[in-house]
Amino acid sequence: MHELGITRNLVAIVGEHAAGRRVRRVWLEIGERTALLPDAVRFCFDVVSKGTVLEGARLDILSVRAGRCCTACGASVEDDGAACAACGTSESRICSGDELNIKAMEVEPCA
Amino acid sequence: MCVTCGCGQKGEVRIEGMPLRHEHVLPDGTRIEHVHDHDHEHGHDHHRAHAHGDDAGPDPVHGHHHAHAATHDDAGDAHVHHAHVHHARVEAHGHPHETLRAGATELVHLERSLLDKNTRIAERNRGWLAGRGVFAVNLMSSPGAGKTTLLVRTLRDLAAEFPMVVVEGDQETSADAERIRATGARAVQVNTGAGCHLEADMLERALGVLAPPSGSLLFIENVGNLVCPSLFDLGEAARVVVLSVTEGDDKPRKYPHMFRAADLMILTKTDLLPHVDFDPDAAEAHARAIHPGIATLRVSSRTGEGMQDWHAWLRRGRIAFGAS
Repeated sequence: MHELGITRNLVAIVGEHAAGRRVRRVWLEIGERTALLPDAVRFCFDVVSKGTVLEGARLDILSVRAGRCCTACGASVEDDGAACAACGTSESRICSGDELNIKAMEVEPCA
Repeated sequence: MCVTCGCGQKGEVRIEGMPLRHEHVLPDGTRIEHVHDHDHEHGHDHHRAHAHGDDAGPDPVHGHHHAHAATHDDAGDAHVHHAHVHHARVEAHGHPHETLRAGATELVHLERSLLDKNTRIAERNRGWLAGRGVFAVNLMSSPGAGKTTLLVRTLRDLAAEFPMVVVEGDQETSADAERIRATGARAVQVNTGAGCHLEADMLERALGVLAPPSGSLLFIENVGNLVCPSLFDLGEAARVVVLSVTEGDDKPRKYPHMFRAADLMILTKTDLLPHVDFDPDAAEAHARAIHPGIATLRVSSRTGEGMQDWHAWLRRGRIAFGAS
């Protein structure tokens, strides 16, 4: 249900930046660890964008995998507790999957 | 509808003792809530510094401005995105470079978090609270898990130890704030209308009304909901999820985001354990499987069983936070 509110954010932020120009395409980044369903965002997008400059725009959603990184060198680590393949450190932290970003938009030039 | 807004219409948010906010509508019909203290992150100040006006050319990024400005009453709004245009490039996905070459459309690099504004207001709240030594606890649960009853008991039990104030979040009514005030503690009710969670700006406004004294303990009772509140940082020092034994003991697995976000899980209504199938050990194991660092407590607000552990957790939290 919160996808609706979040999608309204999306349409409002993009609409504000578009400043009246029609938006053809929006790139969105959604991490796996956020409680956000890409399909629900798509559904809401179609509804919420109606009658705005985003109506009919293509929504590209980039899903970001939840990942861990070595606390020492930053290299990617497979599992919690596993030693880093690059430097051997056994401590890692969650370093991706919480993304919830509007990356870019493609707008039509002004008439 | 507001740029910050989560679920529902922000215009419906009501805070006791505060006038309603209003919205305004952009030329394209986009509804934006009017935030009086907004910080111009894409705002009206930037474009004044820009010297545009006579460099029209084939550049797909900049060539549009003249025509555009002429179509708006407020020419400034037409250039809102200007500062972001210069590095029009998207990494890792899509083929936006092609669109730049095509020249028919313009790519605007935004890099904006959907929760950007909420996060920044939450950080401001956190600083405000820290500066006053106010230890803020965000209480979250399904509706009916016993948050208010737990609070009422806690406020009575600890009334002599330190000042406590409460922000009550509900979609409608000030019934819970009334229950809190009956204990003698100060409380302010936030009604979110259609909204299913509290957001940082609601807490900010509630703090303005409530004015928690230095060194006090602030309880924030979130809207009953195990999903959305976990997404929205309010600026609290600790997050507590309340799970009652009349629910399923597998809820931590069903709602992992909430249990991952929480510092403490409290099992409530433990006096009912003989009458229900709830396995408290299993519930705690499920919670730790989702979030290994989560602390757990078992209480009955009705009988008082286990309340001393909760009191001790609050005292430790206050001291660790630096409240005297």
